[in-house]
Amino acid sequence: MKLTLKIWRQENATAKGSMHTYSIDDVSPDMSFLEMMDVLNEQLMQQGVDPVAFDHDCREGICGACSMFINGEPHGPDRLVTTCQLHMRKFKDGDTIHIEPFRAKPFPVIKDLVVDRSAFDRIQHAGGFVSVNTSGNTQDANAIPIEKTNADKAFDAAACIGCGACVASCKNASAMLFVSAKVSQYALLPQGQVEATDRVLNMVKQMDEEGFGNCTNTGACEVECPKGISLENIARMNREYLSAKVSG
Amino acid sequence: MGSNVTAAWKIHRQGAYFANPCFTQIHPTCIPVSGDHQSKLTLMSESLRNDGRIWVPKKKEDAVAIREGKLKPIDLAEEDRDYYLERRYPAFGNLVPRDVASRAAKERCDEGYGVNTTGEAVFLDFADAIIRYGKEKAHIKGLDENDLSLVQKLGKEIIKAKYGNLFQMYEKIVDQNPYETPMMIYPAVHYTMGGIWVDYNLMTTIPGCFAIGEANFSDHGANRLGASALMQGLADGYFVLPYTIGDYLADDIRTGPISTNLPEFEQAEQRVQAQIDAFMSNKGTKTVDYFHRKLGKIIWNKCGMSRNATGLNEAIQEVKALREEFYKDVFVPGTSDSFNEPLAKALRVADFLELGELFAKDALERAESCGGHFREESQTPEGEALRDDANFTFVSAWEYKGEPSEAKLHKEPLNYENIELKTRSYK
Repeated sequence: MKLTLKIWRQENATAKGSMHTYSIDDVSPDMSFLEMMDVLNEQLMQQGVDPVAFDHDCREGICGACSMFINGEPHGPDRLVTTCQLHMRKFKDGDTIHIEPFRAKPFPVIKDLVVDRSAFDRIQHAGGFVSVNTSGNTQDANAIPIEKTNADKAFDAAACIGCGACVASCKNASAMLFVSAKVSQYALLPQGQVEATDRVLNMVKQMDEEGFGNCTNTGACEVECPKGISLENIARMNREYLSAKVSG
Repeated sequence: MGSNVTAAWKIHRQGAYFANPCFTQIHPTCIPVSGDHQSKLTLMSESLRNDGRIWVPKKKEDAVAIREGKLKPIDLAEEDRDYYLERRYPAFGNLVPRDVASRAAKERCDEGYGVNTTGEAVFLDFADAIIRYGKEKAHIKGLDENDLSLVQKLGKEIIKAKYGNLFQMYEKIVDQNPYETPMMIYPAVHYTMGGIWVDYNLMTTIPGCFAIGEANFSDHGANRLGASALMQGLADGYFVLPYTIGDYLADDIRTGPISTNLPEFEQAEQRVQAQIDAFMSNKGTKTVDYFHRKLGKIIWNKCGMSRNATGLNEAIQEVKALREEFYKDVFVPGTSDSFNEPLAKALRVADFLELGELFAKDALERAESCGGHFREESQTPEGEALRDDANFTFVSAWEYKGEPSEAKLHKEPLNYENIELKTRSYK
């Protein structure tokens, strides 16, 4: 396959960025999108051009490092995959592909396609943990009965890898899908009850301080989420927040 | 870039012994190689072997036809399939340990029975499991167990509930539907059992330097069971270290803060700065990836699923030569004071190029087959691993002496008080 790539290049956080055009030949349909980027970078370095910086780590869809806004969608046109799992067979020979970073004010560009997503870490630090008994007499987790539907919903919420696609897809740059997944995975389980009130209040407070926008229920995040996190989690977080406010 | 070698290698260079570097686990169920561009072989969970049956065609001409796309695996009759794990290991079948399953797949592919366009893949087939689960479900619901389409529908629902996420991942990567056609798998490197040598308190040979989790060598020996990396993380971090590190620190309670204005800090900083400067000013012609890929090929081909003295000696020479070429001819773009991925990678690959040589040296030294380490010179007439307990019942702990070729071997004898050494049999 031959492709034309229009890629956002930006030297650093303060520099002005712009789209640059590159052409690439010999792309195999079996390549992942990141492997195509590897080939491009190898080609650029041979030509003495600075390679395109992009985030990646596990390359199997479980770490949340890869990002990229491809043809107007975070993680590209395929559904329920991260960029590293997106394969070039989803594109056609001769296509022009636009590649941009995840854009949001709380995600400043570090270089090219790499953005700083440490705002998510700070939200996690504000409440994404549980208290456990470390006395040595810890209760066997299997001894606490949990309703199957709750266990399944908690598991589905915990599938969130914190990539930030929800923020990138949202016209308000809202992080509600991410934060609600992190709140829900604990809210649904007995282990999460100890800090339940503080957790939702503190995480929402941190989310607001980071500058993420509010949710207006357009649902783009749910469509673009590589892990299929449901909008239902946002409703659950709002419920948790309201009851924490009232009781607190 | 992420790297699970760097921290361990840095302390090895500072005096921590490196134990059993050659003990590496090859995982039997990875998605096979599709081409040279590939950066990752995605692991399909081991749990798939609970229900999947592994096979290759019984006749070479069928294997060739499948490779060329002239024959579909689902059209191959039952009697023309070789369920080689069930045949060789009737007691354990598809559930033999990872090293045994990996070597058996390699054996079939080396003999010319492999599938996929490369010939380096075997089938992992769920058709029987779908029928089995479907019949059970139909029976429970009081439906017609002989209605094949109903049974398949019910069976697929159960397989989906168990392995749906893995099947989806496979379909995205390979572009084939594993509910309808068998998966293709091939072994790939998975886990390093070796690592930094530690004592029972998890302290390395550098006093006060502790290593826990996958970075150390302590729990696995020459093999490793599924989920034991998580077990080790928990055991080391939760049950051992909180008690042992306090004991060590107790003697230091009155030491006070240590100034960073000491010559040791300065030397460490200068060493790193000098390495960075050397990379940035090197007028080389080849990228870091070129060396990384070349090193990977040497290690996989000569220190992989089966090893022999000739190959290991060649690997040692080739890695050494590649390391020299790397320092002479590597090209790192950009600057050292900005975000620079190729520079970060160059610093990692520099470590891999040393570890790779020690790896091969350790594998050469251990002339027996043991766990994940299979030496072709040491096998039974049936081709199974043959241990040599009289000569090799020890941990190899390597001391850094400059070049990896000069590393000094210390042998920690393994004394078994409550159990006796036995040879595994899965026949």
